[in-house]
Amino acid sequence: MMRAWKFGDNVNTDEIIPGRYNITTDPTELAEHVFCEVRPDYAPGVAQGDVVVGGKNFGCGSSREHAPIAIKGSGAACVVAQSYARIFFRNGINIGLPILTCPDASEIAESDELEVDLVSGVITNRTKGTVHQAQPLPEFVLKIVAAGGIVPYLTNHDIEELE
Amino acid sequence: MATLVERILSRRMGGPVKAGDIIITELDSYMSHDNTTPLAIKAWRAIGKPIKHKERIVIHFDHAYPAPNVAAAINQKQSREFIKAEGIDNFFQRGICHQVMIEEGFVAPGRVIIGADSHTNTYGAFACFAAGFGSTEIAVAWVSGRVWLRVPETIRIELEGRLAPGVYAKDVMLETARQLGMDGATYAAIEYGGPFIEALPMADRIVFANMSTELGAKCGLIASDRTTFEFLETETTAKGPFETFAPDADARYMKRIHVDVSELGPLVACPPRVDDVVPIGKLEGTPIDEVFIGTCTNGRYEDLELAASLLKGKQVARYTRTIVTPASQRIHDRLEAAGVLRTFHDAGCVVTSTGCGACIGRHGGVLAPGERAFTTMNRNFVGRMGSAEAEIYLGSPASAAATALAGCISDPRKILGA
Repeated sequence: MMRAWKFGDNVNTDEIIPGRYNITTDPTELAEHVFCEVRPDYAPGVAQGDVVVGGKNFGCGSSREHAPIAIKGSGAACVVAQSYARIFFRNGINIGLPILTCPDASEIAESDELEVDLVSGVITNRTKGTVHQAQPLPEFVLKIVAAGGIVPYLTNHDIEELE
Repeated sequence: MATLVERILSRRMGGPVKAGDIIITELDSYMSHDNTTPLAIKAWRAIGKPIKHKERIVIHFDHAYPAPNVAAAINQKQSREFIKAEGIDNFFQRGICHQVMIEEGFVAPGRVIIGADSHTNTYGAFACFAAGFGSTEIAVAWVSGRVWLRVPETIRIELEGRLAPGVYAKDVMLETARQLGMDGATYAAIEYGGPFIEALPMADRIVFANMSTELGAKCGLIASDRTTFEFLETETTAKGPFETFAPDADARYMKRIHVDVSELGPLVACPPRVDDVVPIGKLEGTPIDEVFIGTCTNGRYEDLELAASLLKGKQVARYTRTIVTPASQRIHDRLEAAGVLRTFHDAGCVVTSTGCGACIGRHGGVLAPGERAFTTMNRNFVGRMGSAEAEIYLGSPASAAATALAGCISDPRKILGA
């Protein structure tokens, strides 16, 4: 069972991980400061497998991969949002943080108990008794996700195989 | 019926591509900096494949350089060791990455460049496809020379008219941000055109390409023309011949916006949103603790010369520290030769060494809780320049200079007599 941590629209990369903490690339260390200014309760309270739920344009701003790494390092199983900034979306996929786009994300409330099927994209809200469908990822993106990110994918494949 | 981005990517792929196509494209350059290179090295080691085309790798130290603390110094030491060991020739420590990429000839019409920095879009001012990516994708490029892309749909922004005195390209870009919103161009290309853009010098065109990122765009493009070629020939080491890239007259756009710039006055983006844009008069008198003039958006010779022209013979307000950071050493040298740096010093400003400086809140102008800054930057997120309890306003170099003199937000037209 996963617990929802609810965020609003336009959560930017400075809010996910302020620039001053980008001096490290260590996921655990970054996770200590994730959302430290907008949700200081997140880092100490998040449990393995919880879900970060965003609104529109989640992850806008910088290209820093530190942002999805910090979220992944915190133990979150995935991000569910109405829409994403494009670099954050790619970075999440590339580092192996599942990124689900769900128009109904706004219906999920803070602390709702969720079940997320990453393959089918079906999100079950146990608290509310509702079921939502996230958009399926393109086939070549699923290849990257299945490998656990672009790095593990490329250790065994060439980039041309994505086509 | 191709848009500009379709034109550029079709040429690269050797056949027509259209919005929505997924392509794996060969790249001309892949750029990263002191902040994003360490993660690229980590990903590259994990991939475990040799570097292809190391001449295409370009690495800059600019974000926190020279290192302001031990952690940054360690990061830079590790990157430097990698650069030495792999024999990466394109290693620069002489300015903001995007400005140096242009000066050093990596940018030209039709080229395809990725960078581990969100403002890589900047090169789109030269009809160069350029987009920001994460560090891992830079490592992918190191081993493959390529990247996967979805050819984006395009939003066309048609600009016409003539600017009133005291109004600049930055004000027009802020108006665009106001109209489109900070997620108004997510995943899309923005194409800027029309008579206003055609008449604009490169330093101003760059402002539009650079800030396309703030609207969520994949890239911000401007057709290449005589102005582009003359700039590349005189201001950069890029080798021609340069090619004209322009959209077809019947190109298909997802959206069109039309702005008559003649109607605009100086504008300001209010914290913490780039699209919360109001006429400067609405904020007149707001006390400001720090004015910062610089960045990849507005740290060019023309920007700093403009700011200095307002400051000449005057003093900035005693309690408003005013920081000026040229976008490159080359710009610094030109400003020095023209006596512009002296003007800043005489007016009571601090001129720092080149780089990203105060814009990333790590050194050279960090804000304390409760402070307010007026800057020429491209984004004003919470915590961007230091404390999360500080506020950042965005405007033109002229508005920044007028604000520095008054110690509070102030309309530059009052000084310009416009």
